[in-house]
Amino acid sequence: MSVNTTSRVDFDVIASLVNPGARVLDVGCGDGELLELLQNTKNVDGRGVELSQKGVNESVARGLSVIQGDADSDLKYYPDAGFDYVILSQTLQATRNPKNVLTELLRIGEKAIVSFPNFGHWRMRASLLVNGRMPVTEELPYSWYDTPNIHFCTINDFVDMTREIGAQVETAVALNAFGQRIGFNMPWGFWNLFGQQAVFLLRR
Amino acid sequence: MTKFSNPSASPDQRSQEATNPHSPVVEFGADKPLHLDSGVVLSPFRIAYQSYGTLNADKSNAILICHALTGDQHVANVHPVTGKNGWWETLVGPGKPIDTDRFFVLCSNVLGGCLGSTGPASINPETGKPYALDLSIITIADMVRAQAMLVDHFGIKQLFAVVGGSMGGMQVLEWASSHSDRVFAAVAIATGARHSSQNIAFHEVGRQAVMADPEWREGRYLEEGTIPRKGLSVARMAAHITYLSETALHRKFGRNLQDRQNVTFGFDADFQIESYLRHQGMSFVERFDPNSYLYMTRAMDYFDLAAEHEGRLADAFAGSKTRFCIVSFTSDWLFPTSESRTVAHALNAAGASVSFVEIETDRGHDAFLLDEPEMFSAINGFIRSAARARGLLQP
Repeated sequence: MSVNTTSRVDFDVIASLVNPGARVLDVGCGDGELLELLQNTKNVDGRGVELSQKGVNESVARGLSVIQGDADSDLKYYPDAGFDYVILSQTLQATRNPKNVLTELLRIGEKAIVSFPNFGHWRMRASLLVNGRMPVTEELPYSWYDTPNIHFCTINDFVDMTREIGAQVETAVALNAFGQRIGFNMPWGFWNLFGQQAVFLLRR
Repeated sequence: MTKFSNPSASPDQRSQEATNPHSPVVEFGADKPLHLDSGVVLSPFRIAYQSYGTLNADKSNAILICHALTGDQHVANVHPVTGKNGWWETLVGPGKPIDTDRFFVLCSNVLGGCLGSTGPASINPETGKPYALDLSIITIADMVRAQAMLVDHFGIKQLFAVVGGSMGGMQVLEWASSHSDRVFAAVAIATGARHSSQNIAFHEVGRQAVMADPEWREGRYLEEGTIPRKGLSVARMAAHITYLSETALHRKFGRNLQDRQNVTFGFDADFQIESYLRHQGMSFVERFDPNSYLYMTRAMDYFDLAAEHEGRLADAFAGSKTRFCIVSFTSDWLFPTSESRTVAHALNAAGASVSFVEIETDRGHDAFLLDEPEMFSAINGFIRSAARARGLLQP
């Protein structure tokens, strides 16, 4: 389910947003790298859901509580407010119904942490403008016809959606192409142009 | 059916194992009756078991293995009747995922079984004759109650883990549901929270085959010195097919002929698969009591964990602190992945800690007994992580 494996600069940012000892559900946990990081550095009570069987089996072999499941169809089996944080890292753009998934995250968790590649980044814009073709970059290496990323959005799009579902943005972090945080107090438009990755901490 | 070979082990040897087994036995006397789901109070009764490894000082390192329908307590030692290696030596032993150098591993013959625990082949103290069908119907929950009394006998308050596949997995789920504070970790493999209609159907075919054999003698074959050999063989043959997959059968046997160039235009075992099934049937008779087969299959048929909780499976695990590992196999059509997924979803809904892996294999239901490295790796990771959480393993 977690589809971008080339660069996980968002992990450290996500870890910085999680309180120690919290109950965490990682939706689209891949091979469990983030969950393991959170268990080791934040002593969280971590659970995971992952679509690919390979990822699930690797996670379980690491000793993590991970089940095979689909963010679009299986979140409904989780009780309300069962977790302090529900994390969706680099997975939102691969879901069939991102708005529904985001709503579910905030039902299951007190807070949701969502990271995604920003399609509004200037390189994406430039690539489309200059080449006239769907961008294929180091971070997003798929061609349009075989990409699992079926719902790309920009930071501005995402902010709009949080308003639509009534979620509050508690913290937002944009990372540039070098994985560095872009300074605070910049307008969304600036982040939308220069942020390659975005990490949002949302609450109901 | 004319080509059944003569079994090498005699029925005497098998019934010997039922009444005077090669395993330690705990006798539960009149002071420790067992209240069965049927309403019957069973007393006295006994449980035969095998154990491996050493129980630590605070008795926190015990792992209970629950065996499947036709399994027994001989998990990791040579079988006293068949002379074969233990049925789960791939998983249980020194340095194995269930490491007997580290854990105290216990496996008992289930109640209703025929390898030394009280079952239909045991002597009914009221009559001095084998129980046969006078024994009350036994349920999965009854088996677990009896195991809990054995665990008490060892002074073990909480099992570090309960592990089992198929009918053993049902016992694992029952343990975790009805004795959740006594189970730190639970591994349920190739199983489900209920027996499906199709599974009941196959069991009914097996039971009818046993009971249709004139040698069954209304269940009194032990007294009359007969044995419903053909009936139990046919039951085993039918059941055995459900433990495999079409792909695996075809890979192993195809349409190959058995020791002949052409079909014989008769009903001999022309095909290898026929010969194989006949062998499976006959060798099963050597080691298993026909009435016990009736009782075991019935116990599985009656199992429905959700029904005990007004149809809500999640309620069976409400508030559970147990860590769960659920394992299924892609080609298992007896307990398909969907059954395991139902359990995993219920555990999620109950807020329990659960791992759920589906192992890619074409070997069907029996895969849980076979060399499946990905299953071993998942169970190993799960057990090690649970052992760290329990303080049995350094972080």
